[in-house]
Amino acid sequence: MSVVNLKEQVRCFHCSEICVNPDILSGNKHFCCIGCKAVYEILEENNLCRYYSLDKNPGLNQKKLDTEEKGRYSYLDDTNVISRLVNFSDSSSSIVNFTVPQIHCSSCIWLLENLHKLNHGIIYSEVNFLQKTVSVRFRQSEISLREVIELLVSVGYEPQISLDDLGTAHKFHSNRGLYYKIGIAGFCFGNIMLFSFPEYLAFETHLEHFYKQFFGLWNILLGAPVIFYSASDYFKSAWNGLKQRSINIDFPICLGLAVLFIRSVYEISSGTGPGFVDSMTGLIFFLLIGKVFQSKTYDALNFERNYKSYFPVSVTVKNDGKEKNIPVSKLSTGDRIIIRNNELVPADSILFLGNANIDYSFVTGESAPVLKVAGEIIYAGGRQLGSVIELEVIRTVSQSYLTQLWNKDAFAKNEENRFNSMVNIVGKYFTLVILTIAAFAFLFWMSTDIHTAINAFTAVLIIACPCGIALTSPFALGNAVRILGRNKFYLKNANVVERISKIDTIVFDKTGTITKAGDARVTFTGSMLTAYEQRLIKSIVRNSTHPLSSKIYDIIEPDELFEVKFFKESTGEGIEGIVDLNLVRLGAALFAADRNHILNYPEKKSPGPDTRVFVAINNHLKGYFTFCNIYRNGLDEVAESLQNDFDIYVLSGDNEGERENLARIFKDDEKLKFNQTPHQKLSFIEKLQDRDRKVMMIGDGLNDAGALRQSDVGVALSEDITNFSPACDAILDAASFSSLNRMIRFSRNTKTIIIISFIISIIYNIVGVAIAFQSAVSPMIAAILMPLSSVSVVLFTVLSTNFIGKRRGLI
Amino acid sequence: MSVILLLIFFSMLVAGGFLLAFLWAVKNGQYDDQYTPSVRVLFDNDIATNHNQTSEVLKTSDVIKASNEKI
Repeated sequence: MSVVNLKEQVRCFHCSEICVNPDILSGNKHFCCIGCKAVYEILEENNLCRYYSLDKNPGLNQKKLDTEEKGRYSYLDDTNVISRLVNFSDSSSSIVNFTVPQIHCSSCIWLLENLHKLNHGIIYSEVNFLQKTVSVRFRQSEISLREVIELLVSVGYEPQISLDDLGTAHKFHSNRGLYYKIGIAGFCFGNIMLFSFPEYLAFETHLEHFYKQFFGLWNILLGAPVIFYSASDYFKSAWNGLKQRSINIDFPICLGLAVLFIRSVYEISSGTGPGFVDSMTGLIFFLLIGKVFQSKTYDALNFERNYKSYFPVSVTVKNDGKEKNIPVSKLSTGDRIIIRNNELVPADSILFLGNANIDYSFVTGESAPVLKVAGEIIYAGGRQLGSVIELEVIRTVSQSYLTQLWNKDAFAKNEENRFNSMVNIVGKYFTLVILTIAAFAFLFWMSTDIHTAINAFTAVLIIACPCGIALTSPFALGNAVRILGRNKFYLKNANVVERISKIDTIVFDKTGTITKAGDARVTFTGSMLTAYEQRLIKSIVRNSTHPLSSKIYDIIEPDELFEVKFFKESTGEGIEGIVDLNLVRLGAALFAADRNHILNYPEKKSPGPDTRVFVAINNHLKGYFTFCNIYRNGLDEVAESLQNDFDIYVLSGDNEGERENLARIFKDDEKLKFNQTPHQKLSFIEKLQDRDRKVMMIGDGLNDAGALRQSDVGVALSEDITNFSPACDAILDAASFSSLNRMIRFSRNTKTIIIISFIISIIYNIVGVAIAFQSAVSPMIAAILMPLSSVSVVLFTVLSTNFIGKRRGLI
Repeated sequence: MSVILLLIFFSMLVAGGFLLAFLWAVKNGQYDDQYTPSVRVLFDNDIATNHNQTSEVLKTSDVIKASNEKI
């Protein structure tokens, strides 16, 4: 066997894939497939070859796309569908937003923003790189929506149009409101500082009374929009908390802010003092900055997807011998549908015609495709591999076996209400303690005089305003989200960090999560194959589209291939053909050779069923290929390291073929469950939670969707994060699987850091309250103490989360 | 001292102008996408504009030549 030198191989000019067929040429450039070549030719024709000079081989592989199929987008001619997709439309032009997950480099941006050069009906197109969307404005009179989409497909950027988009209008996530508030708070804070400057420098004695009054009034005027507009979210949140009969952290903050403002207005209007408007606006400004810092979101990722975004938008229906594409949502029972190679079955249906070879791996977790014959039920979500099949729909999309999972209670629950964050719990007790102290101070000074009593009461509330606590958690969590994001572990929001830190049980899915999806280790058992025999096998499997064939093709070293004659593929049985005058058969045992041979063959060792492909050359049984799952890199270490602190379970929708291997990795055979349906997975999580377990579920497919949703932290593992992943709290890039244990530990440490900084800021508060209790706070001390405590606490949290991140090897 | 009032009035006017500019920028969507424009700006000065630049350089040099000849 020869060692392959990758450098010698020709790579596709468009997508840099290795070119198997050297004949696909355009000019002197090689392409791996006709799709890539077609894209290149369109770009060359329109003088857009700059696409290739911005980034090297920027294109996307076009092999999987079936460009032949013309009627694919015909459902886009439906006015109903158009009106749901288009964002804005007037008499001459329309604007539509597409999600294009393939956007990945500057070449993509360049090409997609030059669409107007390809078709003059397009007025402009604008890419949002982080959200991976392109917004296109076009003249309906010159180009239809369908043509716009077909244009995008023709240059290799197929927009993602799913049932989800059709259901609701496009929502745009935007932070604009927060920016307005910060802008105004910052503006007012800065100016108030300027006007308060004379006070800080103790100029007040020299200051004329008129100016004192004037500056004071200005400060109130500037402070009013900050407290009434910029801080409005805090008041709303505190009020909502009260309505639900709970006190959250925003309540003491609002109490502090309100007292600050009222006392300032009183002091200034009565001429008794300069007020605290500067501290108040400063505090609100810092709080809002913390909010922006915490609200780090991953725009391109979608954490709310359900089955609707996985299923296709349209399906081909056969009616009176005519084929027509209709939206899947209009599918009704009794419809006859046509499913081609690599298409999804959108609704539960009965196989009517053709040989179905259904890949359920994403839906149920079974790794091997399932063979179905006419008359059998095929559940929605399966992907057909092989020839065209005809089905009759027996249940509509929303009533199908799999989609019914979404009718369960777990999906109706409001996620955020289930979780009471640590800050709010602290806030509740904090408020009670502070109110008690303030009341004591009031009563204590009451005996001297009422004026000092009110002074002390308000001073306690002002000084004890938990700004340190309120700032700690956004900065610590926000920083943790960033550090984890840099390690390709993307959290839905900052709360998830805290939830991860409480986890004590981890449940893994098998197929696609701890094993690599669509990848298998192939071993050959039997008599050694000669190089010539290997060439024969490689030649014949090249003609088959079956996934097992392509796996066998991949493991045999490349060599010159023979031409195959009389090739025949019997679905579910195997393939045969004459290769270089030899009869080669591959497939199920009975197919490959006659019964006697099989009986004489040594019994298989492993007790569970596994997948084998027998090989016979000229009717001599040579042996068989076995396909084992490949486990992700680092699984052993991750499992071993997590075992000490967590209960680990494995739920698999697959058969028990891998039980031995898994038992070796996870030590405990009891905690492995096989043949689990999506509903069983969900109820398994529920049972754990009934025993007061905090469960993290790590899964990848639709079959885990229920369990992901039910668990306290649902992590979706994904090979390509822009691809579909079910609704979850966090998305983990498969490449970072090996650092999962370190990331969970890091989240735990973050919680400890928050607790430490709580203690620090409470110490600040105690010192402050002690001074305030004596009714001896000068505005000077208050003005220094408040920002100082906040800034030092923020610095501590950010620096220590960075330090821990470094120690865990995450930075 | 009363000049201070005038100065404060003008400083607020200038600062308020910047605040309005910021609010306008946010409203206009300039803070919605903070990444793509940074890439776009690099290739909007496309080969085409490079051509323009070189031709402009040529033009100015032509002008210089012409003026030299006149002298």
